[in-house]
Amino acid sequence: MNYLVGAFKPPCNIFISFTDGRSRKQVPLKKENGKTVMVALFQSQENIVGEVVVIEPIHGKKVEHNGVKIELLGQIELYFDRGNFYDFTSLVRELDVPGELYERKTYPFEFSTVEMPYESYNGVNVRLRYILKVTISRNYVSNIVEYQDFVVRNYTPPPSINNSIKMEVGIEDCLHIEFEYSKSKYHLKDVIIGKIYFLLVRIKLKNMELEIRRRESTGSGPNTYVETETLAKFELMDGAPVRGESIPIRLFLSPYELTPTYRNINNKFSVKYYLNLVLVDEEDRRYFKQQEITMYRNLEAS
Amino acid sequence: MLNGTEDEEKWLAEGIAGIQHNAFYMHRALDSNNLREALKYSAQMLSELRTSKLSPHKYYELYMRAFDELKRLELFFKDDSKHGVSVVDLYELVQHAGNILPRLYLLCTVGSIYIKSKEAPAKEVLKDLVEMCRGVQHPIRGLFLRSYLAQISRDKLPDIGSEYEGDADTVMDAVDFVLQNFTEMNKLWVRMQHQGPGGVREKREKERSELQDLVGKNLHVLSQIEGVDLEMYKETVLPRVLEQVVNCKDDLAQYYLMDCIIQVFPDEYHLQTLETLLGACPQLQPTVDVKTVLSRLMDRLSNYAASSADVLPEFLQVEAFSKLSNAIGKVIEAQLDMPAVGAITLYVSLLTFTLRVHPDRLDHVDQVLGACVKKLSNIPKLEDSRAMKQVVALLSAPLEKYNDIVTALTLSNYPRVMDHLDIGTNKLMAMVIIQSIMKNNSCISTADKVEVLFELIKGLIKDIDGADVDELDEEDFKEEQNSVARLIHMLYNDEPEEMLKIICIVRKHTMVGGPKRLPFTVSSLVFSALRLLRQLQGQEGDIVGEEASMTPNKNFQLLTQAANGCDIEHVAYEFFTQAFVLYEEEIADSKAQVTAIHLIIGTLQRMNVFGVENRDTLTHKATGYSARLLKKADQCRAVYACSHLFWVDDQDGIKDGERVLLCLKRALRIANAAQQMANVARGSGGPVSLFVEILNKYIYFFEKGNKQITSSAIQGLIELINTEMQSDSTNPDSVADAFLASTLRYIQFQKQKGGVMGEKFESIKL
Repeated sequence: MNYLVGAFKPPCNIFISFTDGRSRKQVPLKKENGKTVMVALFQSQENIVGEVVVIEPIHGKKVEHNGVKIELLGQIELYFDRGNFYDFTSLVRELDVPGELYERKTYPFEFSTVEMPYESYNGVNVRLRYILKVTISRNYVSNIVEYQDFVVRNYTPPPSINNSIKMEVGIEDCLHIEFEYSKSKYHLKDVIIGKIYFLLVRIKLKNMELEIRRRESTGSGPNTYVETETLAKFELMDGAPVRGESIPIRLFLSPYELTPTYRNINNKFSVKYYLNLVLVDEEDRRYFKQQEITMYRNLEAS
Repeated sequence: MLNGTEDEEKWLAEGIAGIQHNAFYMHRALDSNNLREALKYSAQMLSELRTSKLSPHKYYELYMRAFDELKRLELFFKDDSKHGVSVVDLYELVQHAGNILPRLYLLCTVGSIYIKSKEAPAKEVLKDLVEMCRGVQHPIRGLFLRSYLAQISRDKLPDIGSEYEGDADTVMDAVDFVLQNFTEMNKLWVRMQHQGPGGVREKREKERSELQDLVGKNLHVLSQIEGVDLEMYKETVLPRVLEQVVNCKDDLAQYYLMDCIIQVFPDEYHLQTLETLLGACPQLQPTVDVKTVLSRLMDRLSNYAASSADVLPEFLQVEAFSKLSNAIGKVIEAQLDMPAVGAITLYVSLLTFTLRVHPDRLDHVDQVLGACVKKLSNIPKLEDSRAMKQVVALLSAPLEKYNDIVTALTLSNYPRVMDHLDIGTNKLMAMVIIQSIMKNNSCISTADKVEVLFELIKGLIKDIDGADVDELDEEDFKEEQNSVARLIHMLYNDEPEEMLKIICIVRKHTMVGGPKRLPFTVSSLVFSALRLLRQLQGQEGDIVGEEASMTPNKNFQLLTQAANGCDIEHVAYEFFTQAFVLYEEEIADSKAQVTAIHLIIGTLQRMNVFGVENRDTLTHKATGYSARLLKKADQCRAVYACSHLFWVDDQDGIKDGERVLLCLKRALRIANAAQQMANVARGSGGPVSLFVEILNKYIYFFEKGNKQITSSAIQGLIELINTEMQSDSTNPDSVADAFLASTLRYIQFQKQKGGVMGEKFESIKL
C-alpha cells in the first residue's frame, strides 16, 4: 500500500521563498478554494530574489530529471474561458541542468527589475495573477511543479489635473439638483467630499444615497461580459429636503475593497468605478445619476 | 383592529425592544473593549431612531433611551486605553456607518470627545458637526439629532473664559454655531407643518408645539454665552435670529420664537434693541398673535423698570415709550382683523409699561387712552366680554398706579374710553373708580374735578337709555348706590366757597337719579352740607356779614330742594328745623337775617313734600321770624313775602286766600307802624314805597284769582297811598313816585286789555 501511496505523491517537495520574505509586506490573497492566504507584495521594476529548496525524495529514491527551471508568470484568466491563461509576462531561469536529485538542494534565483505593468486583480469574471512556477522536468512521467503566488501593486503619483465633478441634473419641473464632487480622481484611501444642492423639489423624497459601483468588463466585441457590483451604499440624506437645501457628502473610501481603475488591461478586461447618486421617493422610485471616477493607488496613503 | 394610539404603543414598544437588544450587545462589546463590535451594535441600536411611525411624544421616549445608552458609549470612547484608537481616527471611523442617522449620532458623540481632547479647535469640530447634520432632513429625526448636538455641545462652546476658548473671534464662532443649529432646527420645525401625510391641522400643530422647546433651547444657549455682550447681541445675534424668525413665515414658530427671544435675553438688551425687535413685529405673519408677544415684552420691560430706579434713565434715553407706541400702532394698523380685545390688550400693556417707566408722564397715559379711543370708535359696539374686561383693566391701571383718582381726572381721554363700555361694564368701572377713591382715602377738592368725576360715574348716577331696568339686581343696586353715597363724603374742600360749588355740582348730578337712587344719595349730600355748616360755625369771627350767612342758607335751600326731590318729608322737615335753629342761634347780623329769612321763605314756598301739619308749623315759624326782624321795613317785606307761603301758583298748590290776606294786612299794619315811627322820629313821612310794594302783592294775588283780595281793597290801598304821598310832599320820594306810577300804569294796561282780566280790573278806579 505504501508503495501505492507513494506512487501518487510527488516524489519530492519544493519550497519557494523570497530573500526579503520576512521584511516584505504581506497582503491577503483569496485563493480558488476560497481560502485567504498571506502572500508577498511586489511592485513593478522590483528585483524578485529568493531561493528554491527541493527536499530530497522520500525512501532515498533518486529523481531523474531533464532540468529544473523557475518561471515568473503574469497571467490573465477569464472565467468564461476556463483553462485558458493568457501570459502577458513570462520569464524563465534555468536552475539546474538535467541530472538526478537525491538530496536536498537549494537553488537561488533572481529576476531583476521585473516589468510587471498590471496589478494583481481578483474579479468576478477575470483574474490577473502573478506566480512563480518551479518545474522539474522528467521524461515519461509528469513533471514536478510548484507554484508560489505573489501580489503586485503599482503606485501612481497624484494626478496633476484633478478636476471636480459638477453637474446639474433633473427631471423637468419635478426635481433639479446640482451636485459636486470635489475631485474626479481618488486614491484608494481617499475621502469623497461634495455636496448636493436642491434647486427644485416637487417630489416627495424619502432619502438619498451614494453608491460606489464597480464595472468589470471582460472580453471584447460580441463576447464582452459586463459585471457591475455595488460596493458601497452610503446614505447621504434622510427625509425630504426643500428647495435651497444643500446636503454635504463625506464618504471615506478606506472601508471598501477598491482597486485602481484598470483600463483595457492587455486587451482582455477593464475595471471602472462609478459614483451613483440615488434619490428615492416615497413610492420607492429611484432617480439616479452615475458618474465615473478614476481610482489610483497612492503610495503615501497605503 | 388596532387604532392609531395602540399602533403607536406597539411601535414604540418594538423600538424600545430593539434598542435594548442592541444595547445589550453593545454593553458586552464595551466590557470586552471591542471597538468594532461596539460601533456595530451602537449603530444598529441607533437605527431604531430611524422610524417614521411615532409621534413626537413617543419618539422622544425612544430618543431618551438611546440618549442614555450614548452616554455609556461616550465614556468608552473617551478612554482610549480601552480601544486604542486615537480620537481623530475614531472621528473618521464612526463615519463609515452606512446609515446617516446612526452615523451622525455617533459622530456627535465622538465629536464631543474630540473637542474635549483639544486635539482640534472646538470651532472646527462644531462647524463640521453642524454642517454634517444637514444630511437629516426629516423634521422629527432632524430636530432630535440637532437637539442632541446642542445638548452635547452646550458645555463645549468656544466661549470667552471657557477652556475651549479659541482665537480672537472665539465668541463669534460659538454664536455662529448655535445660530446655525438654531436656524436649521427652526427650518425643520416649520417644515413639519407642510410635510407628512395630510393629517389634521390641529393634530400637527399640537405635535409641533410639543417640539418647540427643542428649538427654543438654542436661544437659551445663546443667552448663556458669556461673550455675547450687548454689542454683539445688537449687531449679530438679534438680527440673525430675527431674520430667521421673519423668513420662516410660519405663525406658530414666529409666535413661539418671538416670545422666546423676549424671555431668554436680558431686559437691558431688549431695551437697547427695542427698535430692531419691534421692527420685526409688523413683518410677522398676520395670524401671529403679536399682541401677546408685545404684551409680554412690555410686561418684562415694565418689571425691569420697576426693579430698580437706576435703569429708568435708560428707558428715557432709548425713547422706549414712543417706540413701543409706534410699534403697537403699526401692528394694529397692519392687522385689520385683529379683534378688539387684542388691540386693547396691547394698550393695557403699553399703559402698564408707561405707568411703571414714566409715572410722571401723564401725557403718555392720555396718549395711550386716546389711541384706544380711536381704535374703539372704529368698532360699532363693543360686545366682546373679554374686550370689555381689557378696557376695564386699561382704565383701572392708572387708578392703581397713582392711587389717586385726581390724576386720572386730568386725563382728557379717560371719560371717552368709558363711553365705549356697555352699561354694565360702565357701572363696574365706576365702582372701581369709587373703590379706588375709598381705598386711598383720596379727597377730591375742586369743583371741576368733581364735575369730571361725576361724568365718569354717571352710569351709577342715572338711568342710561337702553338699560334694562328689570335686570338690575336689587342687592347690586344697593351696593352701587351706597358707594356713590360714600363717595360724596370724599368730596371735600376747606374753602367753603369751593365746597359749596362742589355740593352744588353733586346736587345737580344726583338730582337726575330718580326716586330709586335719591334715598341713598341725598342723605350723604345733606350730611356733607351739614358738615360745611358746622365748619362755618366753628369759624365765627373769621367770616362775618352777609356772605357768611348767605352761604349756609344757600346750602339749606339746595338741600331742602334735594329733600323735596326725593320725597322725604321728615328729612326736609328736620332740615328746616335745623335751618331755623341756625338762623336763631348763629345769624346775628340784621342784614344777614333779612337775607336768610327771604331764602327760607323762598325755599319753603317751593316745597311740596310737607303734610299740612308740618307745613303749618314751618310757615308759622317763618312768619313769626319775619315779624321779628329788626327794622320795620324789613319786617314788612318779610311778612308780605310770607303771603306766598299760602299761595303756590301750581296746579295743585296750596291756595289759602284768607291767610294770604292776613299776611298782607299784617304787612300793611307794619308799614303803617313804620310810617308813624318815621313821622315821630324825623317829622317827616316814612317810606311810601312799602305801601306800593304791598299794593303790588295785592294786584298779584288779585290777578291770580284770590277771592279774598277784592278790587275795593286795592282801590282803598291806592287811595291810602295817594293820601300818604300828598302828606309827604315835603319829602318827595322820586323812586316811590315812579314805582307807583308804573304800578298804576300796569292796572291801566290790564283794564284796556279787556277780556276776563280787563273786566276784573274794571272796578278799580284810578
